[in-house]
Amino acid sequence: MPTTTIGGHEVHVDDEGFMTVYDEWSEELGKELAAQIGVDMTDEHWAAIRFLRSDFPEQGETATLRRVSTVAGIPTKQLFTLFPKKPAKKMAYIAGLPKPRGCV
Amino acid sequence: MKNLVILGGGTAGTMIANKLRAKLGRHDWAITVVDRDDAHHYQPGYLFIPFGTYTRDQVVRSRHAFLPDGVELVLAEVDRVDPDAHQVHLEDGRTLAYDQLVIASGTTPRPDQTPGVMEEEWHRSIFEFYTLEGAEALRDALDGFDRGRLVVHITEMPIKCPVAPLEFTFLADAWLRARGLRDRVEIVYVTPLDGAFTKPVAAEHLGGMLEERKVHVETDFMVESVDPERKVLVSYDEREVPFDLLVTVPLNMGADFVARSGLGDELNFVPVDKHTLLSKKYDDIFAVGDASDIPTSKAGSVAHFATEVFVGNFLEHIAGRPMTGSFDGHANCFVESGDDKALLIDFNYDTEPLPGKYPLPGVGPMDLLKETRANHAGKLAFRWIYWNVLLPGRPMPLPAHMSMVGKRPPAAATTHTQED
Repeated sequence: MPTTTIGGHEVHVDDEGFMTVYDEWSEELGKELAAQIGVDMTDEHWAAIRFLRSDFPEQGETATLRRVSTVAGIPTKQLFTLFPKKPAKKMAYIAGLPKPRGCV
Repeated sequence: MKNLVILGGGTAGTMIANKLRAKLGRHDWAITVVDRDDAHHYQPGYLFIPFGTYTRDQVVRSRHAFLPDGVELVLAEVDRVDPDAHQVHLEDGRTLAYDQLVIASGTTPRPDQTPGVMEEEWHRSIFEFYTLEGAEALRDALDGFDRGRLVVHITEMPIKCPVAPLEFTFLADAWLRARGLRDRVEIVYVTPLDGAFTKPVAAEHLGGMLEERKVHVETDFMVESVDPERKVLVSYDEREVPFDLLVTVPLNMGADFVARSGLGDELNFVPVDKHTLLSKKYDDIFAVGDASDIPTSKAGSVAHFATEVFVGNFLEHIAGRPMTGSFDGHANCFVESGDDKALLIDFNYDTEPLPGKYPLPGVGPMDLLKETRANHAGKLAFRWIYWNVLLPGRPMPLPAHMSMVGKRPPAAATTHTQED
């Protein structure tokens, strides 16, 4: 498993740069990760990221856009505004979680 | 006398009733199957209806004909399950008590969940083929379609039979070519995924097949609404795809009673342990087939392989022993590709579809991830196998667990991801 250095911390990532160890993440790191993909974090961004972080240990997987909209109550349209183009992947990247499963 | 109640008399529910009736003593366990009607549909057959290959009579039989003596079929809508009282409430007021409950109520297309779909263009220029009525309406529309933009669209994953929209596209291409209409029709494939399929090797292969057929693929398209007046699909990131004929695969959701019972996730699928299919919340509720949230294809083959593992586990569970069977997510799908050919893919939770031979290594007769006539013959023969071998719970000479024997794993250097 490759490692990389983000904001001075060495963390484990997969081939695409998604962090792989839940506990290596911190909000400070999240901010660095967001900056890398051009997202400037506001309270609205954090609401989505914090939901993903708290949902993951319970569910064992990264919340889908539908789950964020129905369970956390953040409309999908707003997620596209906050994390343009690919909100599901961008949110997972910033939250230090695996890419949400797409289809199988 | 104990009660096993199975909600849903489809592929999973029928197989389970048959297999468990043979294993459970008649004086020990009563088995009841609940469904809203007595019509069992061979759903893989819907794909062929729009092209006139199959008719209604070939895909519908009665449910009770496939249930053995000693299984009661109750025809009613389920109102809700009360897991604390161990009871199922039916809409007609009846109540069924259970000692063990199996939820096998599947997944249903929900075109009403996308704004604009079920308005004035519904069944005029907007269709789906995941219901018999929808497939028949599409057949009539295709009959009069001779030019313009045919758009095949997936709303959101997961969907039942994730290869079906690709198959529909391949069959439509071949059907239009056979009629000399292909050069007057533009075919567009619109998907929320970032490729033709999610699993890398198959996505590349199937994507190549779309390209060969001059099908334009619009990826990462999360539909927000359909504008029926302008006949365009609109995405959340404000892209538009115009259509003359739209064939959409609607959002798939589990049964509404699952939500009313507090047993579902955000799409009404029942969260279960992916290896045992036992509810994460209740020790006397299982979900088998499309109704569960396991991360593999929603498909009859999965229901079949999962049932094989489930039956052994269930017997251990009611005897108070730990369940020793572990379902691996095995799926096995024929992919019709037009011109009387098909591919076959075989995969599970951990291993993506790979090229090779199936079911006998090196021999086949089926080829994996390759278009052949033998695979097409297999797909057509499967309808007979479904009615005569699979549903009655007779043994199938296919192992429940996926095998790597006969497959060619990709070299590390040729593994493709779907990231852009």
